[in-house]
Amino acid sequence: MEELMEILKGARPDVDFENEEALIDDGILVSFDIIYIVNAINEAFDIEVSVSQLKPENFNSAKAIWEMIQSMQE
Amino acid sequence: MNEYNVLSFLESSAAKYPDRIAFKDKDEEINYSDLLVRCQKIAFVVRKNVQQEPFDKNRPVAVFIDRNIKSLQLFLSVVYSGNFYVPIDPTLPADRIQSMLDTLKPLCCLSATTRKLPVEADSFDSLIEQSEHVDDNYSETLNKIRELVIDTDPVYAIFTSGTTGVPKSVIVSHRSVIDLVHRFAESFPFPDVPVMANQAPFDFDVSVKDIYNSLNLGGTVVIVPKSYFVMPAALLPYLQENNVNVLIWAVSALRIVQNFKLFDACIPESISLVMFSGEIMPVKCLNYLMDHWKNATFVNLYGPTEITCNCSSYIIRERLQDTDNIPIGKSFANTEMFLVDPDTLKRIRTTGEKGEICVKGSCLALGYYRNPEQTDMAFVQDPEVTAYKDLMYRTGDLGYYDEAGNLYYAGRKDHQIKHMGHRIEMGEIETVVNALDEVKMACAVYKESKEMIYLYYSADEACDDIIIRQIRKLLPAYMLPNKFVYMPELPMNAHAKIDRKKLTELD
Repeated sequence: MEELMEILKGARPDVDFENEEALIDDGILVSFDIIYIVNAINEAFDIEVSVSQLKPENFNSAKAIWEMIQSMQE
Repeated sequence: MNEYNVLSFLESSAAKYPDRIAFKDKDEEINYSDLLVRCQKIAFVVRKNVQQEPFDKNRPVAVFIDRNIKSLQLFLSVVYSGNFYVPIDPTLPADRIQSMLDTLKPLCCLSATTRKLPVEADSFDSLIEQSEHVDDNYSETLNKIRELVIDTDPVYAIFTSGTTGVPKSVIVSHRSVIDLVHRFAESFPFPDVPVMANQAPFDFDVSVKDIYNSLNLGGTVVIVPKSYFVMPAALLPYLQENNVNVLIWAVSALRIVQNFKLFDACIPESISLVMFSGEIMPVKCLNYLMDHWKNATFVNLYGPTEITCNCSSYIIRERLQDTDNIPIGKSFANTEMFLVDPDTLKRIRTTGEKGEICVKGSCLALGYYRNPEQTDMAFVQDPEVTAYKDLMYRTGDLGYYDEAGNLYYAGRKDHQIKHMGHRIEMGEIETVVNALDEVKMACAVYKESKEMIYLYYSADEACDDIIIRQIRKLLPAYMLPNKFVYMPELPMNAHAKIDRKKLTELD
């Protein structure tokens, strides 16, 4: 989780990733952020996020992103 | 047809194809004949509500936009009212919106969004409601206004980043938009009935091309929800469902298709024309698109907002090598482009030699609204013409010509950047940060390889959080630096200025 938080902060230092729960629904993250975040987590966690996983429920909070990563590592 | 008002495009298509869908979003659609009548009635209501004098015209009307067809209807209503529209994104910081309104001093504010606004605005729904009760003589009033309007009157103004920390508003006339639309129709292979997927936000002039080209050709503009570019699983299926055949998109949007390999899941087959602009198109991305849309025509477009969207184009005939540069091509008809030495303004005519790109023609904007200083710096007399008034626009972009006479983009002469499709002056970020008490000196630098804005600053101590909290109130999210780097002192060069070059090279 710590590594993920590093990545997220690196993408958008202005966003409060600890508490935000509607990163997508409220339009906080923009497309470029998602490109950056997905490329970074693919590399850091040795996974391949697919198009079908690019859904708001997987990216609305740091926790949701973390759960997606964990489910892919199983 | 001898048009001198952009509304002629709408009227001519409404006469030919009254039942065709003109605009469509996720929730609703409107056909040409309804669009025409509705916009005329709203225009009448707008004038009546502010009691605009019969001879009064060309006043700014702020329109708070959203990704919907209501926004487009309000734009055209404002044009019918004899005024010009200024799209404003309601998600911008309130202080920034206020500074825009301070510049504009608008006749009134209209709203196409349900978002909370920092000022009062007439909502689309209330305007519709009022327009149901207008007298039958509304068309007579509108005809009179129409007679007043000439083609050098403004249609819209669009805000763009300004180095002084205050956004500049580029104001564009009917003549320029009409010129653009004719150049597009004669230069590019539009399908018989174009269906254009609108990607660009309405406060970007890329969207001007969707709106007026489609009205001219009797096409349909399908507005793509913004969220589809953030979570793009639904993006290409949406294009397919709507039989979209034309894309006039920012490079950054097309890169999303490539970045997430969206063709793995869906290849919309109806696409026949793909035009892109705003940034340098990476060849890797272009090849990915060309490999999957084999029968489509691909066009690289170039131009800043100040010359009304685009002034040059290059049609890509075949797949390119990874190391190739894509030219920005040749100027449109009725547009002159040339290179000058940025210091002496002398013409550069040697192939391969770099110079500042300058543009002349009907495409030139009317300047920056209520900003004569900035206008006079960018829209200048052509020094080769001394016998009469002849303006050219200095783009600040550098370019060079190849043997075949194609122009190539070669960077900026100043510190303006393109980031995620947005045009940003580093100076605007610096002005805002330097205004903070905690900060001694600040320098914003764009690291191209990482596509990130770095802010280097000196202060008594590191204070990233304070800076972030303060500048969020003034700058749109896309202008916020991605990295904050505290330094006890910023490096200086021999001229006692911040050594930008050194900061750019830092890892």
